[in-house]
Amino acid sequence: MRYAVKIAFRHFLSSPAQTALLISGVALGVTVFIFMSALIGGLAQLLTLRTVGSIPHVTLEMRERSPGLINPVTGAQLAVQKDLSRRQQIAVWQPFIAQMESASGVIAVSPQIRGSAFLIRGQAIAPVGVFGVLPDKLSAIADISSAMVAGSATLPSDGILIGWKLADDLGLHVGQAIQVRSDRQRERSFRISGIFSLGIASADRQAIYMNFTTARALFDLPSGISRIELKVSSVGQAPRLAEMLGRATGLKVTSWTDENAQLFEALDAQSRTGTIIKVFALLTIMIGIASAMLLSVMRRRNEIGIMRAAGVGRLFIVQVFVLEGTLIGATGSIAGALLAWAALAPFPPIAQVKSGGLPIDVGQGGILIAIVLTTLAAAIASILPARRAARVDPVEAIGQ
Amino acid sequence: MSDTPLVRARGLVKRFGSGDAESTVLHGIDVDLYRGELVALQGPSGSGKSTLLSILGTLMRPSEGTHMMMDADLAEADDGELTRFRNQNIGFVFQFHHLLPDLTAEENVMMPAAASAGRETAAMRTRAAALLDAVGLSDRRHYRPGAMSGGQRQRVAVARALINAPALVLADEPTGNLDRESADNVMDLLGRFNLETGTCFLISTHDVKIADRCSRQVGLLDGRVVEGKG
Ligand SMILES: Nc1ncnc2c1ncn2[C@@H]1O[C@H](COP(=O)(O)OP(=O)(O)OP(=O)(O)O)[C@@H](O)[C@H]1O
Ligand SMILES: [Mg+2]
Repeated sequence: MRYAVKIAFRHFLSSPAQTALLISGVALGVTVFIFMSALIGGLAQLLTLRTVGSIPHVTLEMRERSPGLINPVTGAQLAVQKDLSRRQQIAVWQPFIAQMESASGVIAVSPQIRGSAFLIRGQAIAPVGVFGVLPDKLSAIADISSAMVAGSATLPSDGILIGWKLADDLGLHVGQAIQVRSDRQRERSFRISGIFSLGIASADRQAIYMNFTTARALFDLPSGISRIELKVSSVGQAPRLAEMLGRATGLKVTSWTDENAQLFEALDAQSRTGTIIKVFALLTIMIGIASAMLLSVMRRRNEIGIMRAAGVGRLFIVQVFVLEGTLIGATGSIAGALLAWAALAPFPPIAQVKSGGLPIDVGQGGILIAIVLTTLAAAIASILPARRAARVDPVEAIGQ
Repeated sequence: MSDTPLVRARGLVKRFGSGDAESTVLHGIDVDLYRGELVALQGPSGSGKSTLLSILGTLMRPSEGTHMMMDADLAEADDGELTRFRNQNIGFVFQFHHLLPDLTAEENVMMPAAASAGRETAAMRTRAAALLDAVGLSDRRHYRPGAMSGGQRQRVAVARALINAPALVLADEPTGNLDRESADNVMDLLGRFNLETGTCFLISTHDVKIADRCSRQVGLLDGRVVEGKG
């Protein structure tokens, strides 16, 4: 094998221009491979980041209570009606908060009062969803503070924050007074402390943020709360955490992944497309190497004949040409990897990608995989030409 | 001459093609070659010299006949066995000094030994250096074929044929492509190696002067052995 490596190396170095050209071809294919991996990976990361950026990763609510069925008397009809007078609320919640805040990977815990209400200004009425949050947890889930377009991100007991679309619809400004009537038919007046723009249409049109304590009164929840929302440091951990919390608390716990199946479908389709492109890049490399090696075998027919006449076995000939192809694949893929790395490294981290910019994550370029796969593909592509080399008839090739 | 021949071929027939295109090139050749012999194979162009050498060198199988060498029945051996046999026992020198262009003179000489061992060894290098010295090319050890003259290349080819100390060297018009001086030079070498090592040489040639320097002549005409001198 050592001697076969030596001969393969000599072949590899024998016509530098041709070898360089071949290597560039392989390198280009590998660059495409790595670029696709980095782009698909980056895109997935960006979409995930954008999706999970303003939503809770794990939500805890009260389980829906269904009345137990009594064994129906034969022939009788049974109608089941939910007790609407009872609110869905988490009655005991304070002990959970500290516990969850200390759980590993949890970066924010926000207990909330949620409910429906109407915003009333003169004749105009708009339905809204109320987020009653603790003032220091205002930006725990959606980053309201940095989304403010007017006013300030504070929650005094008589202040509310509204989205810019709602402000637009009703012609509201910071400092103006406004009536809020809850679905419990309680009504009080607030002052608009600030206007935000989250970039999410539903939130910008329908969400209003108010002080946790004020919301309690508005929605008749003297001690319980509607839900607890969590954020975690690595979003992939959310489903596991949700499952664990579900068992521990007995509450209804949902992970962000449960409600974003579409996102995962899209990411899946994307990564399949990427795979197809990568397979074609590899195939192109294989065809290139196979045809180059076939030419090399033709060119060296005479040399192969001499070796065979000198009693060199067919296996040795196969080894030489497979090694030569592998060498081209390995050098080309390393060159391509360096090229791709140099070209992709300057791209900003995904979190800093501006709209219109390419989300490239070099870390997901699969550089090592690209090198290994390409080298392997080159070796496989060389087998056919190498076998042809081994079948060269020495008498014909020497042609005396 | 010892009694048991190194090579014994009987009734070698070689046919090419089939059907209407079939042609018989060798019509039942009998040859015996003995250790220490220097034999000239003479005959006009197309008489079948190269074909016979290819068969005796196991590069080609006869259509009919038996071919024994050193107690091995070469007509019955498979390709792998023939390859190994050739590597150990037969050396070739061709008309167009066929060297590997990417190897130096010394590496070319070592090639048959290195390929079967899987690597180049110090012992091979020593032997190759001695052979190159014997053919007067010690100063060209590290030259590639492209940087050597035709005569020099042919001398490297002679050294290569001898690296595994074969019992038989087959030379197909080894001087056919060389000028008088280089041709004499190569023939001197073959004669010297024949004397010093007892290796049997079978040399095909058109050249009467070269045939005259051999210990025996075998004549070939239209694929049949004709009466040889000596
Ligand atoms: N592969 C082949 N197919 C068909 N005919 C062949 C083949 N090889 C050789 N021949 C024929 O066999 C005959 C002998 O050829 P060979 O090469 O052995 O002659 P030679 O004596 O070596 O001639 P020269 O002195 O010109 O080298 C020629 O007529 C040639 O055309
Ligand atoms: Mg000939």
